[in-house]
Amino acid sequence: MSGARGSALAILRGQIERIEAAEVVHQRDRVALGHSEVDCALKGGLARAAIHEVFCEGRQGAAATGFVTGLAGRVTTRKPLLWVRQDFSDIETGALSMSGLAELGLDPRRVVMVRAADVESALRASADALACDALGAVVLELWGETRQFDLVASRKLTLAAQSSGVTGLLLRMAAQPLPSTAETRWMLRAAHSPPGAMWSAWGAPRFDAELLRNRHGPCGRWIMEWKCDECQFSESPAYPQPVAAAPARRSDPAIFPGAQRRAG
Amino acid sequence: MQDEPNIVVIKDNNALVIHSLDDAASRLGLHIGQPLANARAMCPDLKVFDADVVADAKTLSDIADWCDRFTPLVALDPPHGLFLDITGCAHLFGGEAALLQTLVRALARQGFAVSAAIAGTSVCARTLTRQASGTIVADGGEAEAINRLPVSALGAGEAITTGLRRAGLKTIGDVASRAPHEITARFGARFSTLLAHALGQGDAPISPRKPLPDYIVEKRFPEPISTDIMIAMTLSRLADTLIAAMEKQGKGARRLEAAFFRTDGVVRAIMVETGRPVTRSAVIDRLFRERLDALADPLDPGFGFDMVRLSASRTEIVVQEQRDLDAHVHDNDELAALIDRIAARIGGKRVVVHLPQDTHMPEHAVLAVSAQHHLAVATHATWPARMESEPPLRPLRLFEKPEPIKVPFATVPDGPPHQFTWRRALHAVVRVEGPERIAMEWWRQDDRQLTRDYFRIEDAEGLRFWIFRDGLYEGEVFDGDGKPASPGWYVHGLFA
Repeated sequence: MSGARGSALAILRGQIERIEAAEVVHQRDRVALGHSEVDCALKGGLARAAIHEVFCEGRQGAAATGFVTGLAGRVTTRKPLLWVRQDFSDIETGALSMSGLAELGLDPRRVVMVRAADVESALRASADALACDALGAVVLELWGETRQFDLVASRKLTLAAQSSGVTGLLLRMAAQPLPSTAETRWMLRAAHSPPGAMWSAWGAPRFDAELLRNRHGPCGRWIMEWKCDECQFSESPAYPQPVAAAPARRSDPAIFPGAQRRAG
Repeated sequence: MQDEPNIVVIKDNNALVIHSLDDAASRLGLHIGQPLANARAMCPDLKVFDADVVADAKTLSDIADWCDRFTPLVALDPPHGLFLDITGCAHLFGGEAALLQTLVRALARQGFAVSAAIAGTSVCARTLTRQASGTIVADGGEAEAINRLPVSALGAGEAITTGLRRAGLKTIGDVASRAPHEITARFGARFSTLLAHALGQGDAPISPRKPLPDYIVEKRFPEPISTDIMIAMTLSRLADTLIAAMEKQGKGARRLEAAFFRTDGVVRAIMVETGRPVTRSAVIDRLFRERLDALADPLDPGFGFDMVRLSASRTEIVVQEQRDLDAHVHDNDELAALIDRIAARIGGKRVVVHLPQDTHMPEHAVLAVSAQHHLAVATHATWPARMESEPPLRPLRLFEKPEPIKVPFATVPDGPPHQFTWRRALHAVVRVEGPERIAMEWWRQDDRQLTRDYFRIEDAEGLRFWIFRDGLYEGEVFDGDGKPASPGWYVHGLFA
């Protein structure tokens, strides 16, 4: 009796070891984001062959999209990117614009867009895509709370990503973080431009990124800037960053030295 | 019930006339085209139905679908005729007589009154169905077969039929005995051509409803099948046969159609398209499985399918590539296969790649095209290079339709707003960059489009918007009295 139990325990232990070993093997493949503190917290960078979740409030959708785009740009430089989204998110936050994507330094030629009608088909398409190792990354964009995306669905995506080596990026707009098998989980907000005159042009996209969950390291909150030319994240310039909303300043709007562009 | 006369009426010149009638009504002396009032006078206990021409056409088309099992060349002859080109098909059904019998019996079982005939020309066969159903005319025997039939069988129209009768030409044989130039002079060239075709001299080509597929394989079942497993097995066996046939000629399928023929005559066709020619039966198998799984109205076997047909309606010559040496080619193949699978499930138009367009209008700058057909074009497209060390000039998310915003006031008419309300939330403007003026393209024949001044705006929360004023102030926008009005403001996109 005790012998049988002992051997059963041994088998289970062996299985757990194998599972963990399999994870460790995959953890080695990491890509640095460019922001030193974040890379340090992530033990060298964002893990490939895993699922990463990016959450945001509804109105912060564009900022979170920018962050996910940045992650995708870091994870894969040559392989195609499959972007799966549901119809509703186009109405809410606008459609992903390829011109905007190109402005962020990514190559629109590598993007294949799947316009799924609902959550089920989006989940299914992304599970399929994560199993296809010709892809570099798969972005799954979901709007709002969804019953369909539960632990089972999350586990499915993780397994698919692990076996194929494709990185899965989940963009969850207007949703609350729930338990999942994701490697990291982020909460995204837009960050202010560095202080300056009202009419000075704002620069690179800036994100107020909060790492809510990190399976293999500490969490934290950083201001990250996306360098469109280098196609990587970086630290924000050294000056105090107002985290709370700054009051609107009312300077004279008649003077604007911002370059006047004309097209058309 | 059986002997109660039934008629169907249709409105013709503001009067209800008989559109069609059954045998009982016909025995009472009613005829097609007779006004309903006259018919009622002759026979007060008529049962009258309204004609539904659209439903009739649908039924005819459904019957044509069903007839696809005999030959791929089925043509409609409205309002209630079908032509089947059975050249080279009859032996599959045990000869012409057996085919005719099978067809007539099966349709009669479905509740249709059928008259059918086989002849060397379509016009001759049609003439025979009107008066001598069930006739099979050997090649060359057309004239003899229709000689004794009345001229009305030709279906040349009321005026010509009456004219022929008045001329004393009662049967087709009478008409044929006349010199062709007499007939042409009196009744027109069209009628004499019709007559010639009916007599077997030349034939009018029929126009089949569907183009002939390049490859067809089918399987018939003496005992109808209905389980999913059997259907899947049948499809995969058919796929094997189809691939074997195509392989011999170095072809691959781009468009495949599976047709399921139900015992009760309903035919369901399911189509799958691929971005690259398919040369493996496992791929066909998988595409159809995805498609069948995702059907909004699942395949309903009813009492079972007695025939399944798989056809390749579009094929391409496959260039054999040596894959192992070039990993990139292999990757692209895998991506194309993935796109095909997803497209099979959710539809080809929902998987897209993007092509840059030569225009300044933001909403037209990028064209989304089907990834299945344009993957190669899109991966080699030339996109405008982004300006180095510039912040993004175009938003990451673009609204398909610009959303109107409320701007309370603008201190400078041409300037940007200080604050605006979008989706019921007030946004205070902290930073502005602009304007970027985009003039609309006058050569596009759209409705009136105004010049837009775009501003890139950051609000107090750090959210970044792309807003524009629709129309130049005091230049393009006027109110009802022709005085300058304040132009509308819109959010067109969101920056990261």
